[in-house]
Amino acid sequence: MSFINYSSREINCKIVYYGPGLCGKTTNLQYIYKRTNPEHKGKLISLATETERTLFFDFLPLALGDIKGFKIRFHLYTVPGQVFYAASRKLILKGVDGLVFVADSQIERMEANMESLDDLKINLAEQGYDLEKLSFTIQYNKRDLPNVVPLEDINKLLNHRNIQWFEGVAVTGTGVFETLKNVAKQVLFELKKHY
Amino acid sequence: MIGSDLVMYEEEFRRIDEELKKLHQQANSKVVFLVDKNGQLIASAGDTYNIDTTSLASLTAGNIAATGGIARLLGEKEFTVLFHEGEKDNIHISLIGQRIILVVIFDSRSSLGLVRLRVKKASESLTKIFDEMTHKADKEKKEGKLEEFPFAEISDEDIDNLFR
Repeated sequence: MSFINYSSREINCKIVYYGPGLCGKTTNLQYIYKRTNPEHKGKLISLATETERTLFFDFLPLALGDIKGFKIRFHLYTVPGQVFYAASRKLILKGVDGLVFVADSQIERMEANMESLDDLKINLAEQGYDLEKLSFTIQYNKRDLPNVVPLEDINKLLNHRNIQWFEGVAVTGTGVFETLKNVAKQVLFELKKHY
Repeated sequence: MIGSDLVMYEEEFRRIDEELKKLHQQANSKVVFLVDKNGQLIASAGDTYNIDTTSLASLTAGNIAATGGIARLLGEKEFTVLFHEGEKDNIHISLIGQRIILVVIFDSRSSLGLVRLRVKKASESLTKIFDEMTHKADKEKKEGKLEEFPFAEISDEDIDNLFR
């Protein structure tokens, strides 16, 4: 649900990074934060435990520029990936405009990926959304590790809608901006369709 | 409300802004601001210069969301008022018309009683404005009269430029 402010000529959209625990959602946001000019970003807020696991959410406001005289603001959120934070995870999805599913490419995390994707569908449905109709991008993260599942197989497993996906190595930034740009594009075109 | 975007025009902004300024003054508060439930700042009044309002807006919405989750676990529909007391500053958060969050930050120059009273009054006016706003946007959207929507001619290139 975007917020269109004609008074200040701003459009605000919410993008949520979803995925299993330790898949690299926060790392995506940290990289975006690190590589964005100070005048285009706000503070990166992380509500995390002492061991730096996301407890509630990370939040990064971005104002990348103008389109047709309107300032475009993206609010990026991550959810806590750990299974037992289910209740909090649900809350972050409220009012979402675009979703990024960050998958962990390691063989031993495939089950966690599938579980998280199912969890996402259920949580969206509870709020009246349908993943099939939302702006949605997948990032296969951690492609630099030795024990990763081949792209073709992971895609078969997780990408039933056959949407565009990206390879990622979030720690070094590979695929991070490509993923964001893709979901941002979908969100903005969706807005165009609505009006 | 799902699926409907919040659209605010100049006229509504002015009315909201007036209402907030009035509340800011009458409640003797430091800062007053309005946030939508998704964490987007709508308007503010008072001395916001030293405050990171974007972060504050998102955290307030997170706070309301978490409290709403607790409410439902307990069989309540929602807790409509939250109050946090600090050493110097206090924060009063209330939910307006299920959709908008009104935040008042105040110190010892005011009191919780006064803030509650003024917030109650302001809530009524704000609810009315937001109802009208939603109604107007829905109507205009249906009639296809929405004010020169800036994205009618958005192109791939426009978006690529954002990421340059």
